[in-house]
Parts: sequence; C-alpha cells; structure tokens
Amino acid sequence: MRRAVRPSRAVAIAVGVLVLLLIVAAVAPSIAPFAFDALDLANRRGPPSSLHWFGTDELGRDLLTRVLFGARVSLAVGLVSAAVSVAIGMTIGATAGWSGRWVDAVLMRITDAMLSIPRLPLLMIAAAILTPAVPLLIVLVGAAGWMETARVVRAEVQSIKANDFVTAARAVGATSSRVVLRHVLPGVLPTAAVATTLAVGRAILLESALSFFGVGVQPPTASWGNMLYQAQTTMSSEPWLGIFPGAFIFITVMCCNVVGTALTDRAAGVDRPA
Amino acid sequence: MRFAARRLAQAIPLLFIVSVLVFALIHAAPGGPLSLYLDNPNVRPEDIARLRRAMGLDQPLGVQYVAWLGAFVRGDWGYSYADGRPVLARMLERLPPTLELVGVATLVAVGVSMVVGIAAALRRGADRAASVVAVAGLSIPVFWLGLVLQLLFSNALGWLPSSGRASFGGGGIADRLAHLVLPVTVLAVAHAAGWSRYLRGSMRLALAQPFANAARARGVTEGRIVLRHALRHALLPFATVVLLDASIMASGAVVTESVFAWPGIGSLFTEALAKRDYTVLMAFLMCASIAVVTLSFLADVAVHALDPRTRDQA
Repeated sequence: MRRAVRPSRAVAIAVGVLVLLLIVAAVAPSIAPFAFDALDLANRRGPPSSLHWFGTDELGRDLLTRVLFGARVSLAVGLVSAAVSVAIGMTIGATAGWSGRWVDAVLMRITDAMLSIPRLPLLMIAAAILTPAVPLLIVLVGAAGWMETARVVRAEVQSIKANDFVTAARAVGATSSRVVLRHVLPGVLPTAAVATTLAVGRAILLESALSFFGVGVQPPTASWGNMLYQAQTTMSSEPWLGIFPGAFIFITVMCCNVVGTALTDRAAGVDRPA
Repeated sequence: MRFAARRLAQAIPLLFIVSVLVFALIHAAPGGPLSLYLDNPNVRPEDIARLRRAMGLDQPLGVQYVAWLGAFVRGDWGYSYADGRPVLARMLERLPPTLELVGVATLVAVGVSMVVGIAAALRRGADRAASVVAVAGLSIPVFWLGLVLQLLFSNALGWLPSSGRASFGGGGIADRLAHLVLPVTVLAVAHAAGWSRYLRGSMRLALAQPFANAARARGVTEGRIVLRHALRHALLPFATVVLLDASIMASGAVVTESVFAWPGIGSLFTEALAKRDYTVLMAFLMCASIAVVTLSFLADVAVHALDPRTRDQA
C-alpha cells in the first residue's frame, strides 16, 4: 500500500549477496587462492595474513580456500533439500486439501505428529543411525522440513477448490489429476516460492548443526558446519577457524530470510498495488 | 470441560503416531539397535544372538512395539546401554538443570520480546531497528553464537564462566547466575526475535480496532490504551505462540547445553547419541514430543477458557 512494488534496498542487497555466493561457489576451484588440500607446513595454525586472508588450520591448509569449497557443499545441501521439502510438502498438502475427508485427516495427523517431534534431535538420531553420505543427508534434511509447506499448500488448495473455474473444469469432464495439475497447482506456486526461500535458510542451518555435532557432512569433504565442528576445540587459540565459517552460515541464512520475509509480505498483499 | 475432553481426544492419537515414528526410526538402523556391536571384534556373534534374545529383538516388530509402548506407559523406560542404569532415573537426575535453563531463557525472551514488540508497534524508528535485529536473531546459528560469546566474554574479557552450571566445589548464588548468563542469552535470542515480531503484529492489529479509537474518543490516555486495552487483546495469541514454540526450544536446548557443557537433558542426549545409547535416545524423543503436545493442548484449552469469542464456533 504505502511502499512501491520495487523491492526494498535490503532485499536487493540480500539477492545480490546470494547470487554472488552462488557464483563464487560455482567457480571455487578457479578462484580459490590455493588448492583444496594444499599444505603450507611453514604456516600451520597461522592467523589471518596477507598470504592467507582467513588464516590456516592445524595442517596449514588455507581457510579461505576451504570456506569457498565448503560453500559448494553447504549451498547445495541447502538448495536441494529445500527443493525436496517443498516437493514433499506440496504433494502431501495438495493431496490432503484436494481429497478431503479421511485422506485429509490422516495426512494432517501425520503432519501434526512430525511437527511435535523436535526437529534437530530427530535428525541427529536419523543421521547417527544411517551415517549418510551427502545425497542421503540432503534427503533426510528435506524429509524433516516439509510440514510447514504441507499446511499452507493444503489451505491454499482448499480455497482454490471452491472457485467456479474448478467446478467448470470438472463440469466439462476434466479428470481430477488434470484439474489439480493444470488449474489448482499453478495457483499454489507463489506460496511454494515463499516456502522454498525460507526452507533454504532452514536447511542450511540444519545441515550446519548436524555437521557441528559430527553426524552430518564428514571430512575430508568440507562444509561450513563441519569446519566449525573441527574448530570447536581450538576456538580459544585459533578463533579464526570458527569465526569465518560461522559468519558465512549466518550471512547466507540471513539473506534467505530477508528475501523470504519480503516474498511473504508480498504474497499476503502488503505491497500489492491497488 | 467438553472442549478439553475433545481436544484431549486429539492429543492422544497424535502421541500414538509419534510413538510409531520414533520406534520406526530407531529400528531403521541397518542391523537393528545392536549394530554397534557388529563391528566390534571383542563381541562374539553368539553373544550378539544372546543379547538379541534377551532384549526381545528377535520378536516380530509389531510385538516389540506393543511391548515397548506398554512398558513406556508404565514408566519402565528400559536401561541405558552405556551404564546399565534405568533410563528414567538418568533422565530425572538431569531434568532440574534443563528446567532452570529453559525456564529462565523463556522468561527473558518473553520479557525482551514484550518490550521490543510494543515499542516496535508504536514507533517507526524502533520498528526499523527491531526488524533488522529480529532477522539477524532468527538467522544466527545457535552453536556459533555460543562459541563467539564464549570467545568474547570468557576467553578475551574473562567476565563470565565459559561452561558448566557452577564453579568447582559449588559456589553461591552469584556464581550460579554468572554461569546462566551466556547459555540463557544464546537460547533466548532466536525466540525473542520471533516473538517480538509476532507481538508487534498483533499490537498493530489491536491498536487499529474500533475499541482503541473509542477509547481515544473517550479521552483515555495513549499509554493506558496501549497497556490496558491493546495489550490485553494481543496477549492471548502471544502466549499461545510462546507455548507452541516448545519444539524449537527443545532443539535449541540440545545445542545450547552441548556448547556450554550444561549438565541437563540436552547434554544427556548428545552423550547418548555419541554412544548410540538407543534406549535413552528413544525416551528423549518421546518425552520432548509429549512436552510439545501437552503445551499445545494447554495453550488451546487456556485460550478457549479465557477468550469467549473462540467458544462460539464450538
């Protein structure tokens, strides 16, 4: 109402930072100052310097290089598991909202039950039991985050279902699946876009927490979370090893949340022009 | 009462589904709960077979589930794989520190979010600043915030103890409070951020209601309108949100207790996880979920009792 449709400066900055991070992660091997496993034995446990901007770890590996390579893993886990969450959430939400009756009741009770189990301990147990490689880890994080999406998609489908164009489509003989795919789901897409943005931030936080507890991404693969796991014990003598990877998690999640909140406001009609 | 009974009739099947999910998760381990011993050269295959029989793990899964659930409901939560003591006793002795940490953190987060939420609803400048801080608070990784605060206030400045619940050999009230400051801050930050935004929203709505204008027209002072009229209106949904966040609080407590070596149930959980102590892990997930379901039940019943408008649709 008051504000223009043009995205605010904060949102523009957040999108810019995210795009930059994605580019940097994509080209990490060519722009990283050192090779991923290069050792600088003369500069072990070195503080940030002009040679090693973020310092070095106990083997003399360059932290900036590792943060750049870690970005590939952390961002990939965040993006793909958010996509998994939203795909599961849309399927369950749309099925529940469209079918109604007992299908709806059963699916929503399962959703409630999943929301009642604290997410992080649940995932920590699952990861400890299955000791997943990165692809399975992505599925696990995704499978722990679909409930919010399922709820909003179900509500959206229920309200779209009541529209005349849906009745008209059914009246001309369209099958249920065609009506859902062609007439109902397109209306849900804005909601799904918002859910995805927020899910990316949540997934990155979950992956980093799992890796921080040693049950997520395993060395030698570097992710921002497992770099913190390794830094935890030497935090007082080599603080840079913990500060930089954590700061990258923080900034990335914050940018996702700024964009997600702005999209939520827009979907709710706060910014919609009259 | 009828509402409470109906709501309870929803909560109990919910807990059944939770128990099935928890049971299925633990038994999803390849090789079952004893898989840890499979790689151990000191444990002979016949020992594993004997353990499986002794623990009932050779029974069909359905039978095991019913036996486990029946025992759980009776308060027999099995024995810890790690030290052989009853799980219930181990959890009870770790409960007080967790209640202390979570209770104080909740009070702090509620206090901070009320001040910030009301200020943000009234003043544009405060709103700007509060919204930036809130996004940051919701985005910061809990464990990293803990590490950075330890680094700053314990290692660099030396103002506060970095871990534990009290100094060695006890310590007085001041010592206990000093140990609480950092973990409480870390646990409260994300909640204060989310709750203050929520209260700001419902305060804005309340202040735009006709009753607020009517009060202004009667000459009621603005401060009184905010505190006596709008806040009463906004407080009930706020309290509901606080209670419904119990699940996130439980996740946060696990991380916070682990970072600060706080001797509560959250640390018990991470210790059990490292040892694959499945009986403790199952009991933890069940208890945390029961707490979450109970609090959301209480929130619904309280709203129903306190707010006559919600009774109309009943």
